[in-house]
Amino acid sequence: MATEAHGGEEGGLVFHPMDQFIVKPLFGGDTIEWYTITNATLWMGIAVLAIIGLMVLGTSRRATIPTRMQSIAELAYGFVYKMVEDVTGKDGVKFFPYVMTLFMFIVMANFLGLLPMSFTTTSHFAVTVVLALLVFLTVTIYGVAKHGTHFLGLFWVSSAPLPLRPVLAIIELISYFVRPVSHSIRLAGNVMAGHAVIKVFAGFAAIATISPVSVVAITAMYGLEVLVAFIQAYVFTILTCVYLKDALHPGH
Amino acid sequence: MATETHAAAGTAADAAHGAASAPGMPQLDFSTWGNQIFWLMVTLVVIYFVLSRIALPRIGAVLADRQGTIMKDIAAAEELKAKALDAEKAYEKALADARSEANRIANETRAAIQADLDAAIAKADAEIGAKAAEGEKAIAAIRANAVESVSAVAKDAAEAIVAAMGGKADAKSIAAAVTARMKG
Repeated sequence: MATEAHGGEEGGLVFHPMDQFIVKPLFGGDTIEWYTITNATLWMGIAVLAIIGLMVLGTSRRATIPTRMQSIAELAYGFVYKMVEDVTGKDGVKFFPYVMTLFMFIVMANFLGLLPMSFTTTSHFAVTVVLALLVFLTVTIYGVAKHGTHFLGLFWVSSAPLPLRPVLAIIELISYFVRPVSHSIRLAGNVMAGHAVIKVFAGFAAIATISPVSVVAITAMYGLEVLVAFIQAYVFTILTCVYLKDALHPGH
Repeated sequence: MATETHAAAGTAADAAHGAASAPGMPQLDFSTWGNQIFWLMVTLVVIYFVLSRIALPRIGAVLADRQGTIMKDIAAAEELKAKALDAEKAYEKALADARSEANRIANETRAAIQADLDAAIAKADAEIGAKAAEGEKAIAAIRANAVESVSAVAKDAAEAIVAAMGGKADAKSIAAAVTARMKG
């Protein structure tokens, strides 16, 4: 929407693909304090309501033969539960509500972000970095608390030849601390790039001769983005499970 | 809605921010981070409590219930199948029993009839034997009578012949001659 406004003003082919990511206060004022209600807050709230609608209201009848909404909620439950159990093992099931929270929030925010005029909360590094750091801290604190120094076995590849082990330890250590970075940038980067590309194609739609191509391209990109919205939520969740497995069972 | 007015305000704010985030990535405008992080934490805590307190136990219970129902139904079906098999076996057994019983009765009846038949045949045989003996006796009596008659007739005839020839018929010698002839 901001793009059209700008395009109209300047009367030319101007792209503002990143304007859709601007965080604005919803109820007037220019400054954004930590408590200000912004468009990001609004869409996080909508995500919470959507999750409550699906997972609580959708299952309120507790039907043995599920309704459509309840089926979706059960599918999501079974999908994440099986993932946690398969990747982390039986003792990882205590992290299931936590992993489910991450998955539901990301998948819901990704899909809500695909609605026209909406704001995609997961396209912001502020959000994904917090999500990734939460996982990183959970893994590190739980791993150290449960295994003590044995947790460091994660970096000491005992199956490698002895002279190689210090080198591998350095590599493992670096890769361990890079995890939250890649974990967060992968999600925000994918979501942001897709939305920006759609916006760029939308900018081209202003030229009459290219607009049919542009519309087809937007449609195709949108389809791809629907796929990406789910796949990135899945990737984030399964990587969370993989990292949790390290905390539960360190050592290779 | 309010977006229009904010678009203007946003543009003004954007211009101010624009200088800070030169490449135009609102993601790198760190002045909004605190706000997003605060609201994200609120969001996550709310989702976590809603899921872990209400939604997940409920869905887990529903899934367990369904699993239980399915298991129970399968068990009931197994039981009914076993019952059906038992019934079939009982039916087969009853059928076999009835068949052997029928065989037994038939055999008994056949034996009884055979015995009756045998007795009747023996009785008839005995009667036939008795009748035959009587007949034979009668025949023997008739034959003896006949022999006697023949010898009497022969004596009479011989007497008459001798008399006719002019001889004197000695009754005694004639009887002896007839008897000797008849023996021969």
